Amino acid sequence: MAVRTSSRDTAPPAGLSRAQLLELYRWMRLTRTLEERLVALYRQTKVVGGLFRSLGQEACAVGSAFALERRDVLSPLIRNLGSMLVKGAEPLEILRQYMAKGNSPTRGRELNIHFGDVVDRNFVGQISHLGDMVPVMAGVTLTFKMRNEPRVGLVYVGDGATSTGAFHEGINFAAVQRCPLVVVVENNGYAYSTPTNRQTAADRLVDKAAGYGVPGVRADGNDVLEVYRVTRAAVDNARAGGGVTLLELMTYRRKGHAEHDSQSYVPPGEIETWAATNDPVDRYVARLADEFGFDASELAAIDDEVRATVDAVTDEAESAPPCDGPDALRGVYADPGEMPVLWYRGEASSAVTAHERPVSWGTHDG
Amino acid sequence: MAEITFVEAIREGLLEEMERDPNVFCLGEDIGRYGGAFKATDGLLDRFGEGRVIDAPISEAAIVGAAAGAAHYGMRPVCEMQFIDFISCAYDMLTNYVATARYRAMLPCPIVVRGPSGGYVRGGPFHSQNPEAAFLHTPGLKIAYPSTAEDAKGMLKAAIRDDDPVLFFEHKYLYRRIKGTMPSGDHVVPLGKARVAREGRDLSIITYAATVWKALEAAEELERSDGLSVEVIDLRSLLPLDDDAIVATVRKTNRVLVVHEDTVTGGIAGEITARINELCFEWLDAPVRRVAAHDVPLPYAPPLEDFVLPQTSDIVRASRWLAAY
Repeated sequence: MAVRTSSRDTAPPAGLSRAQLLELYRWMRLTRTLEERLVALYRQTKVVGGLFRSLGQEACAVGSAFALERRDVLSPLIRNLGSMLVKGAEPLEILRQYMAKGNSPTRGRELNIHFGDVVDRNFVGQISHLGDMVPVMAGVTLTFKMRNEPRVGLVYVGDGATSTGAFHEGINFAAVQRCPLVVVVENNGYAYSTPTNRQTAADRLVDKAAGYGVPGVRADGNDVLEVYRVTRAAVDNARAGGGVTLLELMTYRRKGHAEHDSQSYVPPGEIETWAATNDPVDRYVARLADEFGFDASELAAIDDEVRATVDAVTDEAESAPPCDGPDALRGVYADPGEMPVLWYRGEASSAVTAHERPVSWGTHDG
Repeated sequence: MAEITFVEAIREGLLEEMERDPNVFCLGEDIGRYGGAFKATDGLLDRFGEGRVIDAPISEAAIVGAAAGAAHYGMRPVCEMQFIDFISCAYDMLTNYVATARYRAMLPCPIVVRGPSGGYVRGGPFHSQNPEAAFLHTPGLKIAYPSTAEDAKGMLKAAIRDDDPVLFFEHKYLYRRIKGTMPSGDHVVPLGKARVAREGRDLSIITYAATVWKALEAAEELERSDGLSVEVIDLRSLLPLDDDAIVATVRKTNRVLVVHEDTVTGGIAGEITARINELCFEWLDAPVRRVAAHDVPLPYAPPLEDFVLPQTSDIVRASRWLAAY
């Protein structure tokens, strides 16, 4: 299969309406503003656990998810908050989840954006084991193929996850079965502290597509319209029965693996250069003005609306109730939904009290 | 009604469930045209087609992961591990992804992972393992390990209908040695319930899978030679364990031998012993003892395998020790 490097010169202006162009801007702005709010809450120790930013990568998540329909399924990574927002996740849910509130989507069982909704909005929450979601999404899309449903799946992995066995097994399986799956490799240069050239000897991750017999496309991941265009083509191809496509989106991680990471391993100047010359939001703002003639006030109105939204949901999330300890025992199995409390906690029934000792018997020392 | 073998019972169970529910499908290596390494899926391809009997690449992680993804969207996949030893390649998927799906993300994950397990067949280190204990402390999974053909079919049907992920171990020594007569109609044996394989008064042997048959042999010998009345409990399900059945037999006989084929250290017998200690210590007249495999990888040569695995004579000797305590 041919591996192509997309070129904006040959691309139409993505076939999007002016309203959709503004919608894309809103999702990127919302992603950035919401994450900035999370940083503030993290510094106030109101975020439980780590905070993982997608600063500089917003176009990858937003542009790709925008190519999906509601019935399509998406499996995000930690740096794909924007994709979940596009797919219908509410900012309030995100804040509650990060703050481990009792009414968070997972009721405190999981952290950050590790949650899903397969009933309505169709995102399948990731686990921390990189690569594992590729086989899972192969199975989701296998189901669509078996049922002749015109639905597509999209799974994100990072450059680091391409080293895992699960990534290889999953994409190989999906390729053989011609599952309607788009595999997005978001190449942001680093897996935690490990640069991509220490992750793989391949010059380009997209070249791996040939090994699976599927088409591969490499694109500028900081150009949201370009991301949308190549993803849309892969999604359309999958929906038409064309099987798997591997996309490599070239981007850059401007923050550490998480907020606690000092990024001491990054060469001096590298982050600053990307921030100054290749910020996906700045680039899109420039295009909206220069290429599509949007007025600065139109974008400022969106900025104001986004800030007001985030302010409102912050207040609501902060006032949400904490989790209730014993709730941790519910929901492990479908039936029964509740596990016994261990006997030394004393406040609830336990497996031990279900088999109470005979009262007529003493102990060996009695 | 004619008797059928254990492996034929598995095939009947698969076939009936696939006919009953169009969401049930099979996924595994060489399960299609070839019918599976042990022929458990023989004939299913012709009946249901390539869409529902899927030959997979050699990719246990992909098989289990894909099953999970399909299950999230309403399917009920049955995965075959060609030998259960290879389940280790999917350990991450099973323990981190499948077992936690409902708890952390409210994702339904009704999959069955089945496959031939166990020794006594000179299979060597990689075709003889009993990995059940490796999964015992993974909340979210269920573990079934039947010893009879009737249970093999009935419990497999229950496992496929269960809304939680079930690991279904099939002892390959029993595949063609054990036969049973299937009850007519929809024969479903509930998970989580042990069975009294033989009634007795003097001593209980708690066991499962192939060693049920060795325990029954030992019980007969002990009755004949020593006049001992031995009760044999076939656990059938290891997760959840049937505490009620364990407590009932301890109260009845007051002496317990736990027998399994897996290695002794960290084996399920340790968990059963601990539960007896917690639940019914006062009813014991002797310490709970274990008969299990020595702590070595299972060797190939017959004299070595016979030495390492528990034999009927081991059970007889240990039972006499307990009865005399």
